[in-house]
Amino acid sequence: MATLTLNNVVKNFGDTQVIKGVDLEVKDQEFVVFVGPSGCGKSTLLRMIAGLESTSSGDLLIDGQRINELGPAERGLAMVFQSYALYPHMTVEDNMGFSLKLAGVSKEERRSKVLEAARILQLEPLLERKPKALSGGQRQRVAIGRAIVRNPSIFLFDEPLSNLDAALRVQMRIELARLHEELKATMIYVTHDQIEAMTMADKIVVLQGGVVEQVGSPMELYHHPRNRFVAGFIGSPKMNFLPAVAEGVGAAGVEVRLPGGGNVCVPANGEGIARDAAMELGIRPEHLELDEQGALSGRISVIERLGGQTSLYVETEGQLVTLMVDGDVAHRVGDDIRFGFAASRAHLFDADGLALESLERHPLASLTRQDNRAESKA
Amino acid sequence: MNTTTTAKTAVAPAHVSIGDVARAQRWRKVGMALLGWAVALLIFFPIFWMIITGFKTETDAVADPTLIFSPTLESYAAVQGRADYLKFALNSVAVSFGSTLLALLIAIPSAYAMAFLPTKRTKGTLLWMLSTKMLPSVGVLVPIYLIFRDVGLLDTRTGLIIVYTLMNLPIVVWMLYTFFKDLPKDILEAGRMDGAGTLQEVWYLLLPLTLPGIASTGLLSVILSWNEAFWSLNLTTSNAAPLTAYIASFSSPEGLFWAKLSAASTMAIAPILIFGWLTQKQMVRGLTFGAVK
Amino acid sequence: MIKTRASGRTVGGLRTLSLQAPAVTLLFLWMIVPLAMTLWFSLQRYNLLMPGMGGFAGLENYEFLLTDPALWSAMGTTLLLVGWVLAITVVGGTLLAVLFQQEFMGRGIARVLAISPFFVMPTVSALVWKNMMMHPSNGVLAWLSKSLGLPVIDWFSSLPLTSVIIIVAWQWLPFALLILLTAMQSLDDDQVEAARMDGAGPLAIFFYITLPHLKRAISVVIMIEMIFLLTIFAEIFVTTSGGPGLATTNLAYLIYIRALLDFDVGTASAGGVIAIILANIVAIFLVRMVAKNLEN
Repeated sequence: MATLTLNNVVKNFGDTQVIKGVDLEVKDQEFVVFVGPSGCGKSTLLRMIAGLESTSSGDLLIDGQRINELGPAERGLAMVFQSYALYPHMTVEDNMGFSLKLAGVSKEERRSKVLEAARILQLEPLLERKPKALSGGQRQRVAIGRAIVRNPSIFLFDEPLSNLDAALRVQMRIELARLHEELKATMIYVTHDQIEAMTMADKIVVLQGGVVEQVGSPMELYHHPRNRFVAGFIGSPKMNFLPAVAEGVGAAGVEVRLPGGGNVCVPANGEGIARDAAMELGIRPEHLELDEQGALSGRISVIERLGGQTSLYVETEGQLVTLMVDGDVAHRVGDDIRFGFAASRAHLFDADGLALESLERHPLASLTRQDNRAESKA
Repeated sequence: MNTTTTAKTAVAPAHVSIGDVARAQRWRKVGMALLGWAVALLIFFPIFWMIITGFKTETDAVADPTLIFSPTLESYAAVQGRADYLKFALNSVAVSFGSTLLALLIAIPSAYAMAFLPTKRTKGTLLWMLSTKMLPSVGVLVPIYLIFRDVGLLDTRTGLIIVYTLMNLPIVVWMLYTFFKDLPKDILEAGRMDGAGTLQEVWYLLLPLTLPGIASTGLLSVILSWNEAFWSLNLTTSNAAPLTAYIASFSSPEGLFWAKLSAASTMAIAPILIFGWLTQKQMVRGLTFGAVK
Repeated sequence: MIKTRASGRTVGGLRTLSLQAPAVTLLFLWMIVPLAMTLWFSLQRYNLLMPGMGGFAGLENYEFLLTDPALWSAMGTTLLLVGWVLAITVVGGTLLAVLFQQEFMGRGIARVLAISPFFVMPTVSALVWKNMMMHPSNGVLAWLSKSLGLPVIDWFSSLPLTSVIIIVAWQWLPFALLILLTAMQSLDDDQVEAARMDGAGPLAIFFYITLPHLKRAISVVIMIEMIFLLTIFAEIFVTTSGGPGLATTNLAYLIYIRALLDFDVGTASAGGVIAIILANIVAIFLVRMVAKNLEN
């Protein structure tokens, strides 16, 4: 039952502007992920929403009410910290019940609320323990439990999984998604890990240098990145960028010449693109395929076999191109290969790094996690 | 351990076997133990000797040094018998604990502000505080003496408490600041998210979590006040004179009763010595001002 | 990382100010009032024994002091005392720290014994050394010399300053040891093992790895010791009373003699001002050192 609106929000630290005017709309029960490289301002933005950092200018609104001047506790939010920030001298139960104690809630009520949260997170056997005696995953759950107990309008997560090992991280990711469904709460989640962003988000906000680069569903960012930065940041392994020269613009798209001489017509809106303009063609490793007739060629310099898939790093016209191909491919280092791609999979970027609008929208681009669920139920 | 042994054998000439190396290491360990204990005992010897002498008769005390004597408590009884001793000791306790409590009370809010609400001036303020510590006491002895004389604080516990509080305040603020800063910021922020105001933050989170640090800061302040001898010798004569002054009175030639002096000295330093032993690790961390982890 | 709080700009600034006010105000008063008075007295003719002789003296007191050989001797003594004690404690403390870093039987207890002198009050340690260690007829050192057939040294009359230095160094050596040992324990084992793999012997490890690692700790030791050593008083008061002659009179003790024994407030204050100036010269570069440590 909570929406959050940011209107032209700015944060200055002394003379440096770290958040440069962010507009954002978070809908009720939405799971929004802020993602970006370290130093992009995502944590600062989260802390501004939490009230732990002041907002230099602009408005923060929860359900239409301006909250800029409210203290962190008065905003009705809960935050899960990267370090968990459990109170080391209190038991799990006291940790979870601390906010209620401060609010003057009676002991019995406190206990029942803590027990309820402990049940959801399977923490019942640990209630008497101190944080010291818990594993990383258990501490993480206590931190989440502390947030649940407050029954906040919005949950804030600041890189909550980054201190866990890989296996546990996957498990917690699933648990968080389940929790989101069970609590039906609005959640804002900060991470630098694009896999977490892709798997959990209804909506991803990509930040760089204090500026929102793009907002959209995971599939939208993957299939229709707005610019070179988002294209390179979302997707793993990273998208390949090849220099290309515009040969001609037509109704079918933009004809470009690739390094090595091959030509490709990418179905994109080439309005305003002049002939011979220098551009960049972006193509994801998983969209490149071995093809004797392919537009590109090169020599394999490194092979990484993951079993199911194989990454080929191919030296092409002085540049390393990554291919994600079938696991059983028989090539060896030093082989000369030809490879290509479907033109509809390619992205074109102009000299400013902005993506040319695709002529056809990907069918899954507007899919959200909620849609996923609806389909699976149907 | 494995890696070091392999590394050593790899470097050592071929004819040296692993057994030789292990034996050499064992001997090295024994040598270290002997050296370490010898040095420790040498440093501790004057204290040890003082404690021993306290259990001797006055005749034994001035005789040729020996460890063979019949121990007696007569010096302790004699010192205890002097009504003075207890008064001096009480003064020491009152003055060192009083000034420490007062210094902590003044320093905690200040250190809190510096650690958690830093401004541009915080660092400058800290350095300035420390620099007041470098103002030599002698430089200000005369005015303090005259002020105290005029307001009747000479030879009073209150007077010494005031001086010691101010004398130790910079170091107390610094140490507390160091300990407070060590507290993960996240925990206090979590507290604020949970709705804690400043007072609750301090009471429920800061104080319990930094209690060891506060205690060791207090302890150091007690030790410094307990052992302080410049102000206590100059600002007190009899009524408020603490143990430092009492012990110093033995420096005059007519007071040369070594066994009694030793007994009194032992009693004067014992509590602080034991405190110090128990808390050395914590104390050092604060004393290094966070420059050494 | 820049730290600002939600309410950092306006309310927080005020909060910081009000929370710091008591400590800052008190310290400021503690510093400025006596300082001003000292300055004022130093320009006055003011002897408690001669109440009628008041009045403005100008720089007379300074002139009297600066031409007094006692002042220069006291300054020299102060510097010698501080310098030697620092040298002994830093070098000795480093060596001891290396020793107590090694693992051996009962290391914990040996370490506790070695740091004990730090907790002993200066008057006690001075008396113990004077009467039980260095006493020419009944002291342990005299007995040792006699047993070995060596001449007995009358420490306080033939080597007065050396004696005081030994006592003070004995008191402060444990402090250096404590801090340097703590610093040494934070030395990364991997670094030492890497050096060993590179073929460094124990000496090379000490000079190229350990010592650079201890730099910060050593500067802290120097800083704190200097604060206390510049005003050494009790040890001198109890053992030599500044003598024989002026042999062990440092600045602190000289001012004490002038002020409280001669009751000459004017001259004593002038001495105080000189002591403050001297301390400030030292402080300037000490504060810089700490500031560097603060950078982290």
